[in-house]
Parts: sequence; C-alpha cells; structure tokens
Amino acid sequence: MNTLLSQSINLFAVVLLVLAFAMIAQRRILTLIHLFTLQGAALAAATLIVGYLTGQHHLYFSAVLTFVLKVILIPILLHRVIRRLNVRWDVETLFNIPTTMLIGIVLVIFAFNLAAPIAGLSTSIARGTLGIALACVLLSFLMMIVRAKAVPQVIGFLSMENGLFFAATAATSGMPMIVELGIAFDVLVGILILGVFMFQIREQFDSLDIRHLEKLKED
Amino acid sequence: MLVLDWILIVVAGWFALGFAGIAALRNTAFVARVLFPAGALLAAALAGFAAAALPGSPETAVLALGLPGLPFHLRLDGLSAFFLLVIGVAAFGISVFAAGYFRHGEGTPPGLMCLEYHIFLASMALVVLADDAYAFMVMWETMALSSFFLVTANHRVPAIREAGFLYLLIAHIGAIAILLCFGVLQANTGDYTFANMRAQSLSPLWGSAAFLLATLGFGAKAGILPLHVWLPEAHPAAPSPVSALMSAVMLKTAIYGLLRVSFDLLGAQQWWWGVLLMAVGLATALYGVVFSAVQTDMKRLLAYSSIENIGLLFVGIGLGVLFNAYGMKALSALALTAALYHVVAHALFKSLLFLATGSVLHSTGERSLGKLGGLMRRMPWVAWLSLVGVLASSGLPPFSGFVSEWLLLQSFLFTTGLPDSFLNMFVPVLAAGIALVAALAGYTMVKFYGVIFLGQPREPKLAHAHPSSPLERAGLVWLGAGCVLLGLFPAQLIDLIDRVTQLLVGGGIADTVRANGWLLLAPSSPDRASYSPLVFLLVVSVAVLLAVVLVRKLYHGRLRRAPAWDCGYPAQTPRMQDTAEGFGQPIRQIFEPFFRMRRELPSPFDAKPRYSVTIEDHFWHWLYLPVAGLTSRIARGIGRLQQGRIAIYLLYSFVTLMVLLLVVVKA
Repeated sequence: MNTLLSQSINLFAVVLLVLAFAMIAQRRILTLIHLFTLQGAALAAATLIVGYLTGQHHLYFSAVLTFVLKVILIPILLHRVIRRLNVRWDVETLFNIPTTMLIGIVLVIFAFNLAAPIAGLSTSIARGTLGIALACVLLSFLMMIVRAKAVPQVIGFLSMENGLFFAATAATSGMPMIVELGIAFDVLVGILILGVFMFQIREQFDSLDIRHLEKLKED
Repeated sequence: MLVLDWILIVVAGWFALGFAGIAALRNTAFVARVLFPAGALLAAALAGFAAAALPGSPETAVLALGLPGLPFHLRLDGLSAFFLLVIGVAAFGISVFAAGYFRHGEGTPPGLMCLEYHIFLASMALVVLADDAYAFMVMWETMALSSFFLVTANHRVPAIREAGFLYLLIAHIGAIAILLCFGVLQANTGDYTFANMRAQSLSPLWGSAAFLLATLGFGAKAGILPLHVWLPEAHPAAPSPVSALMSAVMLKTAIYGLLRVSFDLLGAQQWWWGVLLMAVGLATALYGVVFSAVQTDMKRLLAYSSIENIGLLFVGIGLGVLFNAYGMKALSALALTAALYHVVAHALFKSLLFLATGSVLHSTGERSLGKLGGLMRRMPWVAWLSLVGVLASSGLPPFSGFVSEWLLLQSFLFTTGLPDSFLNMFVPVLAAGIALVAALAGYTMVKFYGVIFLGQPREPKLAHAHPSSPLERAGLVWLGAGCVLLGLFPAQLIDLIDRVTQLLVGGGIADTVRANGWLLLAPSSPDRASYSPLVFLLVVSVAVLLAVVLVRKLYHGRLRRAPAWDCGYPAQTPRMQDTAEGFGQPIRQIFEPFFRMRRELPSPFDAKPRYSVTIEDHFWHWLYLPVAGLTSRIARGIGRLQQGRIAIYLLYSFVTLMVLLLVVVKA
C-alpha cells in the first residue's frame, strides 16, 4: 500500500512537469486556465499523500488550502477576468514552440543536476521529486518570458508558485504553517492586483498585449 | 531621578509639541504663540539640566526603542552635557525669536514647520546623547532629514529645491563615511555600542582609517573645504530661525562627533592627524572668510562666515590632537578649551546675526546688501543687538569671540615646545594664518554691519521698514546678552569646559584660571599673558565717554556756521555711499585666484551704465561638475539596460538566477 502511495507521489510529480510543458506549448487562454487548475489539483493530491505517509498532519491543511485556492478560487477569478476582458477564445501566436520546448528540456536537465546534491541531504520521503519541482519553477519562468499577453504571464507566475510550493513539500515536508498561510494570502492578493492591472492595461491600450507597455519607459 | 531622565522628558516634550503642531496645522496664532514659546521653555530647561549634569558622573540608559534586540543606548557624560548646554541656550533664543517670526501663509503650513523644527531639536539632543552607532546614525539621519524639510520650507522656488538637494546629497555622503567609520571602530566584534568601541585598540593603520572617515563624514556636515558648497546655498534658502539653528547648533553636532570619535572612541592619536585637521581647518577658514568678504547677499555672507568659524574650530581641535599625541595634556586642554569656547561663542553670535537678518528681511523684504542701508534709525533694537553680534564675530574685546580667538592664539604660542623640530617651525606659521583670518573676519563684519544698518537707505521703500516684534527682540536680547556675558566672565565658562577637557584628555586649565580670580583670565600664568575683560571694558568705556564729552563740549561748543561748499558734499544721495561690491573690491583684487569671476563693465559712453559681477566657487568646476558629469555618463550607460519590454526584464532575472544556480552547483 505504502509503496504504491509513494510511487503515486512520483506520478503526480510527473503530471506536474508534463502540465508545465503543456502550458508552455498551449496557445488558448481558456485551455491554459484548465491546465493550471489541473496542476493545482495534482499539487494538492501530492501534498495530501506526503502528509499521510509522513504523518505530518499540518500538510493536510496545506493540501486543503492549495485545493481551495488553486483549484477553486483562483481559476474562478481567472475565468471571470477573461470573460470580462472578452479574451475567452483568444489564441496567442507563439514564438517557435519547438525551440521553446528544447530550451525547456535543457532546463529540466539543469534542474535535476542542481537538485541531486540537495536531495542527497534531505530525509524527506519525496526527495526524488525535488528536481521536478525545480524544473517546474524554471519552466514557468520560461513561460513568463516568452508570452506576450498579460493573462498567460499571470498564469505563468501562479504556476511558478505551484512549483515552489511543491519544492518545499518535497525537500522539507512543507514550510511552517504560518509561512504557507502567508504565501497563500500573497498569491490571492497578487492575483487580485494583477487582475486590476489587466483591466487598466486594457483601458489604456485597448489590448492586453504587453508590448504596449514598452513606451512607458523613461528616455 | 537621573538628570538623563529629565533630559529625555524634555526631548519627548519637543516631540509632543511637534505633533501638536500637526493637529493645529494652519493655526498660525496657536503655533506661534503657544507651541514655539513652549519649545523655548523646554530648551531653557534642557540648558539647565545640562549645566547640572556637566559636573556629574556619566549616566547611561537603554531605551526600549529601535529594532528587536538592538535597543538605543544613551549616555550623558561631560562632552554630551556641554553640547546639550549649547543646544539648549541657543535653541531658547531662536525659539523665542521664531515665535515672533513665523507669519501667515509662507510656503509650508506653520504646523508642519513646528513639527519639523521640534523634531530637528530633539534629534540634535539625541545625537549627542547616543551611545551606540545605531542610535547615533538614526538620530543623525533624522536630524539631516528634518533640517532638509526645514530648508525647503519654501519649496515652490526651484533654487531652494536645488539647495535642498545639494544639502541632502552632501549630508548623505557624510553619513556614509560616518557609518564606515563606526564599522572600522567596532573592529570586527559585531558590537556597535560606543563602550565596545572604546575598549578596542586599533592598529595605527585602522585607527587612521577611522579618523579619516570621521573627518570626512563630520566635515561634510560641518562644511570643511571641498564639502562646504552646501552651506552658502542652504542657509540663504532656509527661513532665518532655521538658518540660525543649522549654523549655530547643527554644525556643532558635527564638531561633537569629531571630538567624540577622535578623543573618546579612538584610543591613541597620531601627531599627523592634528596637522591634517589644522591644515584643512585653516584652508577652510581662509576660504570662508575671503568668500564672505565679497558676498552681496547678507545670508550668504553669514553662511561663508560660518564656514570660516568651522575652520577655526577644526584648527583648535587639530592643535588639541597634536599636543595630545605628544602627551602634552595641559596644552591640549588649552587648545580644546579655545575650540569649545568658540563653539559656544559662535553658537550665540551667529544665531544672533542670522536672526537679525531675518528681522531685516521681514521688515524690508530685501536681503541683497545693495538695496539695504540706514536701518539703524528704523530698527534700533535689531541694529544695536547686531552690533554686539558683529563685534563678537570679529573677535573684538570685550565680547565672546575675542576670548576664544585669544585662547587659540595663546595655545599656538606654546607650539614651539613641540618635540619635533619640523613641527615647531611649521605650526606657528599657522598662527599667522589665524591672525589673517581674524582680521579679514573683522573686515567682513564691518561690511555686513555698515552696509545694512549705517548710511542712508538705498531704496525708497526702506523708509517704511517696521521695527521688529517684541518676541523677536526678546530672542535677540537673550543671544546678545550671552555674547556680552561670555566676553566679560570667561572664567565661569572655562570652569564648565574644564570638565569636558578632563574627560577628553585628562587635563584642564580651570585650576590655573581659578587661581587668578575671576577678574583676570590667564590660561598658563599671569606673567606670560593675561586678559581682564572687565578692566578692559572699563577703560574702553571711560575713553569713549571722555572722547564724546570732549567732542561735544569742546569741539561743537565752538562757533560753527553753515557751509558754503559743505566740504564738497552739498547734496548727499544714497548712491554716493560705498556699496557692498565696492567695499569688497580690494579683497576681490588681492585674492583674485580664489574666485572664478565674470565681470561686465560698462563703457564710459553708456547712457544707462550697468555693472555686474558674478563670483563662483572654483570647486564647482574642479570637483563637483566633473563628478556629476561622470555620474550621469555612467547612469546613461546603465540606462541602456532599460528596454521597456517585460520579457527582457524577466530574462535578466532568469539569467541571473541561472548564473547563481550554476555557481552554487559548481561550488
């Protein structure tokens, strides 16, 4: 039973990574939000299992918090935002997807290389997945760089937070409760503020293309 | 209760008054008639407590303020008590004056002014009380910031904003140097209390580094030579009570800091530190006084005169360091006594003069010397009290300035006893420089006083100049009385200063002074040199009285008829008087290399002749403009990084992250 469960942690970790790649390649904004919701669900499930296996009950709270926030609340907010902004069916033209994917693969290798010595020090049950968590962070960062529209960038930012959260769970069986609550709150406030920003950008430039922000620089 | 507690209550009272000012933001009458007088009473109380604490043993306190685990340490010893006394005495006069000075509708609302003013006072008091680097720096920066806002009270004028920026910039350069100095002083122990710094004994190299940083840092605040440029900009920009407070008291906190670091915190001193301080001080004094002589704005003139006085203080301290480095305790105490006496004297006469210019400015709306004149008749109180300040500032007996300059020259006479043959030839030459500075200061003050108060009004509107208000007069009387009393009874103050020198160098001159009674001031022995102010005053008064009587009775008593050609002055007009430019002209000729001058002379055939001269500081072109140019070139280069594209910015962070991670992996 326990072997099965600990294997399933690896499974969920892989799901996270695959979803991160999928997000990089995905052009539809609506599908991006679905992918993000799935990622949140996988994260919540992984946290729950780690909590069960290690007997650290505060991880249950983390899992519930993750679920409420990242599977229910934030997706609802994002759906509302894209409906209001009328970008629900938007398709983004992307810069050379295969190249981006190749860079992503290099990043994953780099992340594994990076995580190997740290995982060696860790006693956590999920230490093998630390590399995946770091890879998720870097991939989400990459996604933020290559995207030109505001909503996908925000999703990239949120997905980076997912990766960080998973890294914390994997390396040290989760952060202290108070830190987790703080981060969760930050993410929630962050998404609200970014939502306001998106409306403002739209108002100013009639578009969510962040290339318009270039003229804001000082000469 | 400890005296320190009472002093803290005074400081807290100042804070409370400041915040009360916020509550009554635009109620000028309340702020001026209630809050400022209350602040003045607190200042008087501070002076009293400080005088009481001066003879006592050091008191310490730990305030529960500051960061967790890093509280503010305070300590009240002789040196801090002495400077608290200066703050209290000067602030009392200035606050009383300010109560009558602030009027309706001038830039910043009066309540805000009151807040900044009282926070400024409180932070200065706490700077001299601080006993760890953290409290010191916090209070030092509070002092700089509150005074910055006071300087820019009239911030709608672009020139005033620029002056404020320059002040803040140099204040921060100084603060960085002071911070680094404390970093060196704690000698890698991680404990930033002054007690720990005292306990460390630094190697000569690091000790010198700390000393140089302290000289640079405190020198920036005091206005020593290359860093003096903010003074002539900031002082005229600020309202007069603020200029008075900055010049009289804030510059002295820098002197306090220098004394604290070089005598108290640093253990052993090197002889060349003293020579350096003296050279810098003399250069500053000479530069200040020469520039002061050619100014045509009365507050700029006083600002340059402050630079000169700071130079003299540095010379005094430098001489103290030099003697102390050779173990000549009594002579070191003599030089320090001269410097500390000058601290008090300058605090009083310079605030008196700045406040007097404030009165003149308020009643005439003019501060250009070329448009003033003849105010003696219109504003007799201000004129007579300024005369006291001017005489003290020129270092004439029997006023306070004479005592300190005389003591300083006396201590120079002992430099021939220095054990180094080079030094005992070189240092007395500096005394000649001091004498030159003192003479030029007298020249400058004659110009200041003569052009403003004597002669005839140069503008018709000066006929409507109204006399100063009673509170303004009260403030001036207090400061003027201080100048006179310090001049007449020097032995009493030297008695107080003795505690400070005992603390700093373990010696003092009070015993020798006391042995000769309070009438005669003789720093070493009466056969060598002595000065008896009361006798001097008596002789001078009798001589003047006799002269007046003789002229009135004998000369004018004779038959004297009205003029035919009236000695060539049948009609006198104000334009026939010597102007400020004219009076300063000889100095401008003699010291021409000091100035960067642009002159426009009219041709003899000009129907409407115009004459203009602008005098600039060489340091702007030698030091400040090149540094500013370099900074903006570097900034433009860095500005290329700013692309405006979010993706590029993200890429910067991404690349940084990757590089750092790579470094971690390799390590």
